[in-house]
Amino acid sequence: MRFAFEPECADHRSEGFIEASSPCGRSGRPPPTFRELKGWTLRRAERREAMLTDAELKGFTGADIPPEDVYNRCVRCGLCLPTCPTYLETLVETSSPRGRIALIKAVGEGRLAANSPGFVHQMHECLDCRACEAVCPSGVMYGQILEPARTQIERTAGSRRPLGQQAIRAFALDVLFGDFTALRFAATLLRFYQRSGLQRLVRASGLLRLIDLHRLEAQAPPISSRFFIPHNQRRRAAAPQPKATAFVHAGCVMHVAFADVDEATVRVLNRAGCDVVVPEGQGCCGAISIHAGDLDRGRALAKANIRAFERSDADVYIINAAGCGSTLKEYGHIFAGDSDWAQRAADFSSKVRDLTEFLDTIGIPLNLARLDAVVVYQDPCHLVNAQRIAAAPRRLLAKIPGLTLREIEEATICCGSAGIYNLTMPEMADRLKRRKIENVLAANPDVIATANPGCALQLAAGLRDAGRNVPVKHVVELLDDAYSAAG
Amino acid sequence: MHNTRLVEELKEIAGAANVLTADEDLLAYGFDGTWYESKPLAVVLPLTTAEVSALHKLATRERMAITPRAMGSGLSGGAVPLEGSLVLGVMRMNRILEISEADGVAVVQPGVVNADLQRAVEARGLFYPPDPASLKQSAIGGNVAENAGGARCLKYGVTGDYVMALEVVLPNGDVLRTGGRTLKNVTGYNLRALFTGSEGTLGTITEITLRLLPKPKFVRTATAAFDSIERAAQTVSAVMASGLLPTSIELLDRITMRCVEDNIAAGLPVDADALLLFAVDGNQEAIVAGELEAIASLAREHGATSTCVAASEAESEALWSARRAISPSLARVRPHKLGEDVAVPRSQIVAMIRAVREIAARYGLTMPIFGHAGDGNLHPNILCDRRDPEEMARVKLAAREIFEAAIALGGTLSGEHGIGLLKKQFLELDLGPEAIAIMHKLKDAIDPLGIMNPGKIFPNPGGPDAFRL
Ligand SMILES: Cc1cc2nc3c(=O)[nH]c(=O)nc-3n(C[C@H](O)[C@H](O)[C@H](O)COP(=O)(O)OP(=O)(O)OC[C@H]3O[C@@H](n4cnc5c(N)ncnc54)[C@H](O)[C@@H]3O)c2cc1C
Ligand code: SF4
Ligand code: SF4
Repeated sequence: MRFAFEPECADHRSEGFIEASSPCGRSGRPPPTFRELKGWTLRRAERREAMLTDAELKGFTGADIPPEDVYNRCVRCGLCLPTCPTYLETLVETSSPRGRIALIKAVGEGRLAANSPGFVHQMHECLDCRACEAVCPSGVMYGQILEPARTQIERTAGSRRPLGQQAIRAFALDVLFGDFTALRFAATLLRFYQRSGLQRLVRASGLLRLIDLHRLEAQAPPISSRFFIPHNQRRRAAAPQPKATAFVHAGCVMHVAFADVDEATVRVLNRAGCDVVVPEGQGCCGAISIHAGDLDRGRALAKANIRAFERSDADVYIINAAGCGSTLKEYGHIFAGDSDWAQRAADFSSKVRDLTEFLDTIGIPLNLARLDAVVVYQDPCHLVNAQRIAAAPRRLLAKIPGLTLREIEEATICCGSAGIYNLTMPEMADRLKRRKIENVLAANPDVIATANPGCALQLAAGLRDAGRNVPVKHVVELLDDAYSAAG
Repeated sequence: MHNTRLVEELKEIAGAANVLTADEDLLAYGFDGTWYESKPLAVVLPLTTAEVSALHKLATRERMAITPRAMGSGLSGGAVPLEGSLVLGVMRMNRILEISEADGVAVVQPGVVNADLQRAVEARGLFYPPDPASLKQSAIGGNVAENAGGARCLKYGVTGDYVMALEVVLPNGDVLRTGGRTLKNVTGYNLRALFTGSEGTLGTITEITLRLLPKPKFVRTATAAFDSIERAAQTVSAVMASGLLPTSIELLDRITMRCVEDNIAAGLPVDADALLLFAVDGNQEAIVAGELEAIASLAREHGATSTCVAASEAESEALWSARRAISPSLARVRPHKLGEDVAVPRSQIVAMIRAVREIAARYGLTMPIFGHAGDGNLHPNILCDRRDPEEMARVKLAAREIFEAAIALGGTLSGEHGIGLLKKQFLELDLGPEAIAIMHKLKDAIDPLGIMNPGKIFPNPGGPDAFRL
């Protein structure tokens, strides 16, 4: 069915991941100067006043305390500073990994309150991009202290958020990412909104700005025309002797907003000689909740996934979204100490592979059509930093004849997408987005490849802002296209 | 900060966005690369020399202490703001103002990160040799204030050898410009040498003119493993006596190798007692390769159990990353480490290593030794747990004996990390009363109110006996 009004940005989604184009683009703004940092600091001061009325409770309490043997490993060498996006943007030690670790340690030792405003701010300004963790020569597993620190904050400070924010948060975490059915229902509404012309009407009216929802709205991904619904479908390998049976996790954003990517994933796995099953009963991996400081909900979601997958005879569990993949690989860790679940979770995690990692290991057939294009591969933080996978996607892309891979400056600096960061820290997210787009465009690519939906959305938004029309695709889509073109 | 009026004045000078007073910020600016901690009065991040000058004037009027701070990687506590100091962070003064091929100089602000400068000049075929292992996490201001060294020192010298001119804001706010763009300059006292290595105690450095060299076209790396550290040290002497001048000769002992290997699996020969890492550079590939081969055969003659020449740029970079990862890797073995930085004449390296091993055995402590063997600058590290007072008492005595041994061998307390808080109680052992008296007079002449980075370099009363960790 088509509607009389074409959606404003219909051409963004012509095919594949997302395509940004100029018609609705705003002009690029010059990078911020330090003087412009003012707003940020002032707002922090306001927050501070708002929160100081609460009694200050020094130290962490209860379960999920950031382990001291992790933060005590930091020898303050500073090597992580130049890898940290928020440090590079602010040049403030407090906004650096070393500074944040010192704050977590200070709370852990009872010298600072877990709800102290600067601490809360820093735990949220951090992107959880784990660049610091990837370079730390002392082996400080930063993610393992950040996530419980956020959980502690949620327990003490969560209820003190403005009501509107609480509602959005609850809606996002409890309803949307709580289970796939609700998400699909919401996505259907959103699709109607995006395609019926309603979106154009509402945007023009400024209504959302009035109720402060415009960011959420602008950030919503363009919804796929059909969803990729896991219902135990089985797709046979192209080869008579399958190399492996791969169970695919469809991803929550992926399966409604990037159904094409999920479909391409299945086709390419089949071509690479794998039987593919998409098990029913799977749901959100829990990343969004865990990063937002809701470890309990994250664990509940993890259990559902473990149940859905563990009954199988699968050799591997495949995920094509880097952010979800890193969480699925860390289930073992979030259940550490839970005697009922620790082993099951660890077994689950040991089978998880990122799609690019797996394809690179088993090898792919080489009947790929030519693509004469300069491609920039943008490293998702949760692939390069959290899972330490950088070479595999590049090796896969390099197999496409004619394709030229070009590296960019600051390849491992986060684009600012980082889950719901866009909503919680809009200003920093925008600055990082601009920074990334500048670096990407400097390489003058014909196509941008990535391996995570959040990054794809952020890049597309950044390109739109810069008025540039460069398609953004998942690595597997480029492979899939090259196979179909080769016949 | 108690004094809201003062905070307002700081904000007027530097802009509200560049003044930090929240508890969390004071915590984060209370430390450097050591374990010392303190809490500053406030943190200011100025953008211009004029702002720095105004801040100094305010500090002079208020008798307020100032601790300049760059990237906070210092290993002697220099940037730790003793109680009540205003931290003057220079990291937002981070512009490379000029790179001149014609004059062979770069003019930079103090917050330019060493690695960023290296990259920028190398893109133009130029070369800034000083390369502390902390090149990615230290800034030129900090490098100059500590007179930092690096692996390439053996051939190229230390930071101070490249400082041609400085702009320094004196404690009272006056702006001093000293030195120039000429390679030769003997007009008057050499004030830039005085400010280089002054650890923030004489003023805040706001602009630096650095000498650049042409970039050597080829750099090659080789390693030699030994089953006794003495043989490694003899090899160093033999290489230096042979007429060759490698860019670097780095030494890693057995414990060091094991710590690094456990950490990053760099493929180091952990069974050996010591490893030497050589680099040679030059403009002709055949000559560079030939020199490296000559070094490898000298090593074999002196008992190397194996030698290996890095086949590629990547292989050699892997070796140097392993070298740079040493310091933090040591922290994986025990919770804390006390990193020393003694330097001895080249001929005394063996004696110094023996002394350190003997001290370690006597106090029952683990002490990896690594360092710049070519220039006699060794980093014996004492691994420990600060929460154990009995162990810390032994650490304190052992550290003192290491200093004393180095000085007895004709060496010095610090080759490159500076004195700061860590070594100040031993200053007199090294310098003697006359030199310290002159230094006091210089300090009084330039900083009569004593507001610049108080508590650093000069010992508290009591000498080595008052040494605290
Ligand atoms: C892992 C590791 C490896 C290291 N390797 C080496 C090495 O190989 N060689 C070496 O020499 N050092 C090494 N260091 C020590 C340290 O990195 C150097 O001393 C470096 O020069 C400090 O620079 P910074 O920018 O971090 O300065 P900071 O630590 O911020 O400050 C150092 C001192 O300089 C003063 N200062 C800073 N900026 C100014 C300014 N603008 N004006 C006046 N005073 C100022 C401060 O008051 C302080 O006394 C290493 C440190 C680490 C953590
Ligand atoms: S790199 Fe690791 S040890 Fe060094 S400051 Fe960062 S977290 Fe601490
Ligand atoms: S996770 Fe990313 S943003 Fe957070 S401290 Fe580490 S490098 Fe910085």
